[in-house]
Parts: sequence; C-alpha cells; structure tokens
Amino acid sequence: MTSRVPSLILGRLFIALVTLTIVSFAVFFATTLLPGDTATILLGQAATPEAIAGLRTAMHLDEPALLRFFYWIGGLFQGDLGTSYANHMPVATLIGGRLLNTLKLAGLTTLITVPLALTLGITAAMWRGTLYDRVVTIATIGIISVPEFVLATLAVLLFAVYLKWLPALSFTYNVDSFSGLLRAYAMPVITLTFGVSAQMIRMSRAAVIETLNTPYVEMALLKGASRPRMVLRHALPNALGPISNAVALSLSYLVGGVIIVETIFNYPGIAKLMVDAVSTRDLPLIQSCAMIFCVGYLILITAADIVAILSNPRLR
Amino acid sequence: MKTHTSTGSLATWSGYRINPVGLVSFCVVLFWALVALFAPYLAPHSVGDMVDLDYFGPMRPGLWLGSDYLGRDMLSRIIYGTRYTVGISLAAVFIACFTGVVLGMTSAVLRGPVDMVVSRVLDAMNSIPSKLFGLMVVAAVGSSIPVLILTLSVIYIPGAYRFSRSLAVNIDTMDFMMVARIRGEKLPYLIGSEILPNIVGPVLADLGLRFVFIVLLLSGLSFLGLGVQPPYADWGALVRENIGGLPFAAPAVIVPSLAIATLTISVNLLIDNLPRKIRDRSAS
Repeated sequence: MTSRVPSLILGRLFIALVTLTIVSFAVFFATTLLPGDTATILLGQAATPEAIAGLRTAMHLDEPALLRFFYWIGGLFQGDLGTSYANHMPVATLIGGRLLNTLKLAGLTTLITVPLALTLGITAAMWRGTLYDRVVTIATIGIISVPEFVLATLAVLLFAVYLKWLPALSFTYNVDSFSGLLRAYAMPVITLTFGVSAQMIRMSRAAVIETLNTPYVEMALLKGASRPRMVLRHALPNALGPISNAVALSLSYLVGGVIIVETIFNYPGIAKLMVDAVSTRDLPLIQSCAMIFCVGYLILITAADIVAILSNPRLR
Repeated sequence: MKTHTSTGSLATWSGYRINPVGLVSFCVVLFWALVALFAPYLAPHSVGDMVDLDYFGPMRPGLWLGSDYLGRDMLSRIIYGTRYTVGISLAAVFIACFTGVVLGMTSAVLRGPVDMVVSRVLDAMNSIPSKLFGLMVVAAVGSSIPVLILTLSVIYIPGAYRFSRSLAVNIDTMDFMMVARIRGEKLPYLIGSEILPNIVGPVLADLGLRFVFIVLLLSGLSFLGLGVQPPYADWGALVRENIGGLPFAAPAVIVPSLAIATLTISVNLLIDNLPRKIRDRSAS
C-alpha cells in the first residue's frame, strides 16, 4: 500500500493557495470599496483637473478593478507594496523594521508560552479531576473569556500600579541595557503569554485526555504503572500529533492578540502601524499589513493541519 | 420526530441536575439582561451629564462607581453601555447563527456541488483573522452600529455553518430522512421539521459560545476606537476613553473591564455546566 501522506499534504497546500487567492481578493476589494477618489485625496482640493487625470492614469485608477487587482498582486510578488498615501513613503520601508519588531514580540511570547502551557496542560490532564486540574481549568476558562485589552489592563494594574515593578503604558526605547530591554518587553509579552497559554493549555489538556481514554492506557493503569509513567510513557507519544496541532492553532491567536497589545502598550510593531493606517485610511498600507497578517495566520493553520496529517499513523 | 433514545428512560425533566456554578452564572447573565432592558429606569444620572467636579473620581455614595475622565457618572454610563454591548452582540449572534445554521443544514441535505462551493468559500473566510476583518471593514465603510452588527455576524457565519453542517450530516444519514425524501418532501420541510428539531440543543449551546466571541470582538474593536463611536459607548469604548485613569487605578477603567469579564465568563461557565443532554453533539 502506498502512502497517502504526500498527496494529502499537497492537497492541503493547494487548499491553502486557493484560500490565499480568495483572501487577497477579499482584502483588495474590501479596501477599494472606500468612497472618494484616491487621486483627489492625494493631490488635495486645489489640484488642477489635468493633474488629477494624469495621476489617475499613472496609478491605473481609470482601469477596471479586476485589472488593478492583478497589478497589485504582480507588485506584491516583485516586492513592490505600493506607496503610502499618508506620507508618500514606500510601504515596504514603513513595514520593514516594524515587522521585525512584531516578530520579536511573537517569538519571545512563543518561547515562553510553549514550555509553560504544555507543562500545565499535560500535568492537568495527568491529575484530571483533582483540585489542581480544576484550578487550571477554571483559570483558563476565565482567561479565554476576557478580551486581550482587559488582560493587559489587569496586568498593568498588578505589575505597574500595585507592585510598581514595571512602567505602565509607555514603551521605552532605551533597550541598551538588559534591564531596559526586559522592562520594555515585559508587559506586552506577559499579556500575550496569558492569552495564548490559556488556549494552548485547554487544547493540550483535551488532547492528552483523549489519549488517556484509550484501551491501551487503561491496560497500563491495570498493570500498575504510576500516573506519570502512564501519561509520559504510554499516552504522550501518541498525543504528540494533536498537541503540536494545538500549539500551532493557539499561536494563531497571536495574530489577533498582537493587534490589541501593540496598541495598548504603544509598541512600534506592524499591528500598531495597521491600526494607525486604518484611522488615516491609508489603503496601500492597510492592504499590505492585512496580507502579511493573513499569510502568517494561514501558515500557522496550514502547519497545524499538516502536523495532524503527519502524526496520524493510520495514514502512513 | 422524537429521537431521544441515547439517554433512555432518563429523558425527563428529573434528569436535569442543577449545578451551583451553572446557577450562579445563569443569575449573572440574567442580571446583565435585566440591566440592559431597564437601563433608563436604573441609571441615576443622564449619560452625558457632568456630575463630578473631579475627573477619575473614586467610588463614594451618590457616585457609586466613581466618575469618568470628564467627571460623568460611571454607574449610569456602564448601565447604558450594557445596552450597546449586549444589544449589538445579540443582534449579530442571531443573524450569524440563523444564516450559518440554515446554510449548514441546506448544504448537508443537498450535498454535492452546493455543499462543496459553500464550504470552500466559508472556509476561506474563516482564514481571515476576525480582528483583521473588522479593521478592514471599518477602514472601508466606516463604523456605525448597523455596519458593526453586519460585520460581526458575517465574521461568525463560517463557524456556525461548520458546526451545524457537521451535526446535520449525521442526522441526514438517518432512516427517517430517507423516508421523508421518498415522500417527496421539499428542502424547507426537510431542514425545518426533520433536521432542526434534532440539532437544536447543541446549536443553542453553540449560539451562546459565539455570543461570547462576538462580545469579545466588539469590545476589542471599540477599545481600538473602531467600534461603537461617541457619543455612544459600549463597555469596550468605556475602557478606551478612561484608559488614562489606569495609572491611578481609577474605577472608571476597572469597572467596565470587570463588566465584560463577568458577562463573558458567566456565559462560558453556564454553557459548560449545561446538562449534558443539551450540550453534547450526540444528544440526538
């Protein structure tokens, strides 16, 4: 019997590609719904009709929307993200450093979240039904039930207002010293870690419990294996697939979280850039940021699906 | 078409055990519903009146929740904010779940190309992060309450669709569905009278969960200044406008945060503690 895994993965990648096409359509047309003529906005009220007409031709504005969509996509592939309406700088320049900042934030959060959440999730499953498990479960329900900005608000209250360990709402650019760096990143990372871990704990706990309900784990219990041995030696290797799936899925919550966290802590990342672009209605900037977020999100959920396929022994 | 067979003889009202956590969370949800309904009778001051000479005033008799950044009564603002948060979210969740569930059942019954196309398109919509979708719509058409309701419902249609379709597909394989088809029943009867009664419990539980998601997203958008616009304010907008009080731990910023948390946590806990029969997919 030949393996079905390669064809399944190819199929999944194809679906991701189709999705990306639909998403880029959606992003482009949602942002072209904007009322008002772009050329007039750019040149201001005092511009001569000839100047406006000239700019419209130069920007392909007088061509059908579908054609402009292809220009836009073509530009994206060549790394030409367009020019910002607000300050006439190339979008790529605006995004560059900001993207790096956001990736740093996301990376740091991932580094802390994954070990923390997996430990809590797996141990909660190991001692299912105990007080410890109940506390973890209720705490995670509580955390996923509140918006990120409430988590951020509470974190500020706790660490900045009452304990006075960290600055409240300012992002300090003084990152030369280690303590400065720590203080700058602490609050955003703490907030994001809370949100993402709660998701990850719930999913990894559910994944381990599902494996614990199988007959061979019951067998291990009956032959007298201790709880940790039963979970770590017997159940965990089989739960690895669902757990990595859970990790990738939970990390996709970073995409939404980062938008709120960067705004509240004034963090100079790409999400803050996009929120600002929305308030100035800077279309090329919004489109590019939206595409970056969608691609990131799509990569994570596709990775989650592929891990699930790879770890399913029945498909090998 | 009763198919309560899985729970056997226990399928009576006596089978419903009252759980204390569920009861408490039900009371909290009921409390906020009543506050939203009777807001004009409960609020001690008008929302716009500046009643305090100080800003970010502390809690004290007369101004039970302190005052906001302009010296307005926080209690009244929260009471009126309840109407926006609960009202907009309820409207959005009903539109989302109605559309999603009807589409889901239709896809499950019709199968074939209709199912494939609808599923593919809605799956693609699902892979746009929800906050991003909200941001883009606000950037394109601006933010008003009808736009917010529509946007929020569009965002959550794919989830409701996927959930109800997976339930309906199972029902669709039952014998009574085949009997109904052979009788020559049309689509509206098939989905309304054969499938819906069998999935209504889980669908309602799903509606509750989706309500929480919508409250969270609405508050998030309002917090970013892209949701409910002044002079109106929902809870998210209240946190946003009073965020300046955070360094002094003003009640004006803490209380609306807590209001959101109590509502969403209670709805979640209520659904978690619903009797198994209502909640489980296998209930039918």
